[in-house]
Amino acid sequence: MHPAASIIAFTVLSGVGYGLAAVLGLGLLDPTAIATKVAHISALALISVGLLSSTLHLGNPQRAWRAFSQWRSSWLSREGGLSVLAFLPLIVSAWFCVIEGRYLAPIGLVGSVLSLATVFCTSMIYTSLKSVQAWHTRLTPVCYLLFALAGGTLLGGMFGAAGGGSVTVVLVFALVLLIAAWAAKIAWLRNLDSLNPLSTPESATGLGAIGRVRLFERPHVTENYLTNEMGFRVARKHSAKLRKLALLLGGLLPGALVFLVLAALLAGAGTGATAVLALAAAVFSHIVGMLSERWLFFAEARHAVMNYYGG
Amino acid sequence: MTSLPALPTAKKLGLVIDLDVCVGCHACVVNCKEWNTGGYGAALSDQRPYGADVSGAWLNRVHSFEVMPEGGEIIGEVGEARIVHFPKSCLHCADAPCVTVCPTGASYKRTEDGIVLVDEEKCIGCGLCAWSCPYGAREMDLAAGVMKKCTLCIDRIYNETLEEVDRQPACVRTCPANARHFGDLGDPSSSVSIMVAERGGIDLMPEQGTRPVNKYLPPRPRTPLAESAHQLAKGEDTSGATGFFAWLDGMLDRI
Repeated sequence: MHPAASIIAFTVLSGVGYGLAAVLGLGLLDPTAIATKVAHISALALISVGLLSSTLHLGNPQRAWRAFSQWRSSWLSREGGLSVLAFLPLIVSAWFCVIEGRYLAPIGLVGSVLSLATVFCTSMIYTSLKSVQAWHTRLTPVCYLLFALAGGTLLGGMFGAAGGGSVTVVLVFALVLLIAAWAAKIAWLRNLDSLNPLSTPESATGLGAIGRVRLFERPHVTENYLTNEMGFRVARKHSAKLRKLALLLGGLLPGALVFLVLAALLAGAGTGATAVLALAAAVFSHIVGMLSERWLFFAEARHAVMNYYGG
Repeated sequence: MTSLPALPTAKKLGLVIDLDVCVGCHACVVNCKEWNTGGYGAALSDQRPYGADVSGAWLNRVHSFEVMPEGGEIIGEVGEARIVHFPKSCLHCADAPCVTVCPTGASYKRTEDGIVLVDEEKCIGCGLCAWSCPYGAREMDLAAGVMKKCTLCIDRIYNETLEEVDRQPACVRTCPANARHFGDLGDPSSSVSIMVAERGGIDLMPEQGTRPVNKYLPPRPRTPLAESAHQLAKGEDTSGATGFFAWLDGMLDRI
């Protein structure tokens, strides 16, 4: 599948944003701290930028409002509806924190649940496509949810270290979630590598009863919408390197930094500028790693239609 | 709107494509483009039509496949493989995944005849329906920003201003080899249903669970090349010649 920049930016940024919103909704950070107020605004900004970038790939974005109507059947519609619905408690929570310096548990928790539900809907858009076998597994939503929470707790830990709150708890969560997310992702990658193609040129043409089927000629000599959109291929050597890069920047490096900060905190050190900088580096590294992970999520997935195009 | 009809549609209008007959001339492709660029919905735009990398939206395309039978023999320089020309357009699936993924209600399946259509006034051009289709039946019109697909020439088949003979999809009407047939596959007594029953019509990618309405008739079995090769060897033996040819055979031997 073609890795469109707008969709990669959307899933990574809104994923981290919803993850941060979910963490903020638990009230683990000090609502009176300036850093927590910045965190609330950052979460809303990340989500908004993500959602706006997702509309960039639409052919007729002015009609995007219509996408709220089909929640009964379409995961994309459910995602659209929930993303708007989630804004209500998130904005109220942000208001109470930023203006009044208070945390309201009921609204915070509703915000957390709706944030995670939105991420789940995003992941189900991909999971529900039987035509893309790599995505059509229960591990896809598990990965999306765990990565959103890992990124959110990392960011939450950074803002907590700068402001105040139960930083140790948030960082322990961050470490556990990073490990869990990458365990799920590695299982997802193993599943991808061991897939037996559901559809083959034989089943696609129905000619398997006669013998082995091979594309002789494409319908036309140039590329078309389908081959541009679904015929993307990534060289095996590049995908292997990018997988390692994603694991290193998205998991190992931020994990090591969180571990070091946690060790220092448990040893009795305060949350000084060093801790904040180390966690900021962890967040930055994680986001770069996630961009690589998300690029591969699309680039490595093969679409059934390529059985008709010899790909 | 984007939910599929609750009950299976009684009428299932669709195509039957005879892979034994198709000669791969692409006339159906061209006539489809010609009719649909001036008919239902936005024109089928082309991008850089006179440039090096021409591209555009087409609703019907002909692929060509080589099929090599199991243990196919190679006789001289000629392989046992055969070429099958393979026209492909929307299959108007009973369980159309392109309909249920649509977030706006633009993509729908008609209850009255099972035709899958796009309401271009509602389409936001997100492209998810094209992703959900394993057959590649949907292509985005990059100029209009809406999804295009085969309408089964809905503006021909019910069009009473056309002569009755023309009330068929453009691809069917134009096929010079008569490889494409149009009819109601929900009616077991229709000519297309009988054709499917007699020739063992098949579904494409049944494992995708889409239950396509369009059927493909597989190529008929072919005489193996080995048998023709045997005929060629016989050509060297003149002992069976009689009459004038026996005399000619004898004379030519003597010269």
